[in-house]
Amino acid sequence: MHKIAARTIDWKAIREDFPILREQANGHPLIYFDSAATSQKPRPVIEALHRYYEHENANVHRGLHVLSSRATEAYEKARQRTAEYIGAASADEIVFTRGTTESINLVAQAWGGKFIREGDVILLTVMEHHSNLVPWQLLAERTGARLRFVPVLDDGTLDLEQIPSLLTPEVKLFAFTHISNSLGTINPIAELCARAHAVGALTLVDAAQSAGHMAINVQELRCDFLAFSGHKMCGPTGIGALYGRAEVLESTPPWHGGGEMIVSVALEKSTFKKAPHRFEAGTPNIAGAIGLAAAVDYIEQIGRPVIFEHDSQLARYAADRLTELSGTRVFGPTEERGALVGFVMDAAHPHDLTTFADQYGLALRGGHHCNQPLMRRFGVSGTTRASFYFYNTTEEIDRMIEIFHAAVRFFS
Amino acid sequence: MTTEIEELYQEVILDHSRRPRNFGELADAAVRVHGDNPACGDEIHLGVKFDAGGGLEDIKFTGRGCAISQASASLMTMKLKGKSLTEVTEMLRAFHDLVTDETNEAPKNLGDLRVMKGVRKFPQRVKCAMLAWRAVEQALEQGAGEAMVSTEPA
Repeated sequence: MHKIAARTIDWKAIREDFPILREQANGHPLIYFDSAATSQKPRPVIEALHRYYEHENANVHRGLHVLSSRATEAYEKARQRTAEYIGAASADEIVFTRGTTESINLVAQAWGGKFIREGDVILLTVMEHHSNLVPWQLLAERTGARLRFVPVLDDGTLDLEQIPSLLTPEVKLFAFTHISNSLGTINPIAELCARAHAVGALTLVDAAQSAGHMAINVQELRCDFLAFSGHKMCGPTGIGALYGRAEVLESTPPWHGGGEMIVSVALEKSTFKKAPHRFEAGTPNIAGAIGLAAAVDYIEQIGRPVIFEHDSQLARYAADRLTELSGTRVFGPTEERGALVGFVMDAAHPHDLTTFADQYGLALRGGHHCNQPLMRRFGVSGTTRASFYFYNTTEEIDRMIEIFHAAVRFFS
Repeated sequence: MTTEIEELYQEVILDHSRRPRNFGELADAAVRVHGDNPACGDEIHLGVKFDAGGGLEDIKFTGRGCAISQASASLMTMKLKGKSLTEVTEMLRAFHDLVTDETNEAPKNLGDLRVMKGVRKFPQRVKCAMLAWRAVEQALEQGAGEAMVSTEPA
């Protein structure tokens, strides 16, 4: 079904929606292969931001004037769209944050601060981005809780056989990524959620690398928390969301204090709003939320199953073609992978290769990708990563391989 | 081939990165400095032995990293070996200026190190070039024993 749909999509026309892709970089047409770091933005998202600032800008929730009503309506409509996008039962389960990192920190500090005690265990995996590792380290330090890690196998998948011995009743939360930002591994998140719930642990899914690429339904997944960023899915920077299952979110105490999150304030004590407003102190990123909703509309117009098919095909094609370069080691699973490929090359260090590629207008990422423990696991200090989105083409990958051949000649 | 990339990766640099000089453990080192660049995971282990006047009698390094960091370390050890403390300090400043200052004229006393001049066009690579130099700076400051240094101060 996806393949039929894929044939009817005019990818070239879609590419035209992204003005930045017409840029030149170092005198060459830009090839943007760094969408896992941040995606580019289509015109409808850019226009939504313009429209908001030109016609709707005001503070939300308090003003009694017409602009404030418009802004409030647009902001809350954005919450509703975001909830629908991930299949949440209600918009009240969506907290707007600055992004995935802030979403996870909110859970670690507010939920973790109340429910995590000395001796409890937080289960993570070795492939977590630092944003789904460091907040738990801080929490563990504060509470005396312990961290455990699901190991990663040589093929870049999780060692699921270890789960029974790791997922014991002391585990209060199992937090894991949906798609690894270095390996491209797609984790079996529904299975992980089910196994966590079987021992009474809650679950947090880091969907930073998947939210813009794959359909997600939190009710089918039955996850308790899910975090993602707008800027990796065609939206603006500085906006993201935390999904929290209603019951869990309602049991979570406030995080930041300030305006917008209170019911009434006396000098000594305050009472707080219900979720999600309890977690949104101060003037929120109104334009960001509206931009995120525009990104959701844009992505849904194309359709996530079609996007996934397109992007993972690109990633598989890139992984295949990389093997023709001698002395190249590609990381991650060979069968199914998310929209990226990480690799190392004997001929050139990731930073040298990335600098070289940049001179030809090819934007890659070289380094540890906020995955230092995972890099250590694979015995490298860093990798080069090419990451894709639906505006990329196989021709661009062919060009990348040409540039790599030139790099091998240059550096060896 | 664009000029800037050729200027950055001059043949001398590529040669030193492929076959680094003074590469190895310095058995009787007075100071050992472990330097790292956490931004990219590059590492250097530098061993330094001083002469009676505080100059660098011998210097060797091991480590792994990009062509820029390896070549910079290799060229640096060749340049600093046998130099007095004053000369080393002077060289440190001169090299820093060479790779950061757009208007720097690459003074003759830097010798072969002048090939590193291209780095100034790539601000994100300055830390790669400076890693070995930060380690030497730390070795001078420490004087004896073991030390750590990072391009990202904690």
